[in-house]
Amino acid sequence: MAISVDSPEVSRNMTQQAGYTFPFLSDQRLEVIRRYDLLHAGAGENGADIARPAELLIDKTGTVRWINLTENYFVRARPEDVLDKVNLLE
Amino acid sequence: MNVRQLNWPLWLGVLLTLIGGFSYIAVFIWFPITRDFPWVNLLLFLVAAVFLWKGLRRGFERDRARPTLSKIIASVLTTLSVLMIALFLFSYFVFARWLPPSTGAPQVGQKVPEFTLPDSTGRQVSLNELLTTPIDGKPPKGVLLIFYRGYW
Repeated sequence: MAISVDSPEVSRNMTQQAGYTFPFLSDQRLEVIRRYDLLHAGAGENGADIARPAELLIDKTGTVRWINLTENYFVRARPEDVLDKVNLLE
Repeated sequence: MNVRQLNWPLWLGVLLTLIGGFSYIAVFIWFPITRDFPWVNLLLFLVAAVFLWKGLRRGFERDRARPTLSKIIASVLTTLSVLMIALFLFSYFVFARWLPPSTGAPQVGQKVPEFTLPDSTGRQVSLNELLTTPIDGKPPKGVLLIFYRGYW
């Protein structure tokens, strides 16, 4: 599932265009982004606060099995690498 | 200006610089192999630099029909192109790395905080719900949380 500061409307338009079927959650008040310490202050449009890119793999007990905090926001986890980690889950 | 007088290396250098800059956002950002390291763009800039150098030298040759104008055009376009290349390099290699430390982010082995947020239809969705709601009749193995910058 994906989380950003986008409103549900923006997420709806984007997911419909791209054809994504997994949930896109809206954290417009930055509550979860702050709680996970993933705030990138002033990095959005007109200096708005947004989330930094991050991927976390959570197992069924709610425990982190893998986390990727990129050092360069042009670089993201590659799908095949993430699938390798997902295969480690029981 | 006749064709033989045209400083084509200069203009080709400018064109390659523009392509090298804008093609990253327009094309190469969509493919991990050209996005994670912008090698195609760096190659384009390298070729652009060769032509810009040739164009600059040609602009300063003595046989130009309008020598002063030729020098000004060559100097200005080369400077702007170099600035554009520098802006690209700064954006990718410096600016994109200015990320917060996120030392408080959940670490491997830690439990993540529970939360509830609206999805794109406005329905409230909780992490616990995603971790426990069966998919195709089987309990989920886990959840991949992807935080992204947003489309605004």
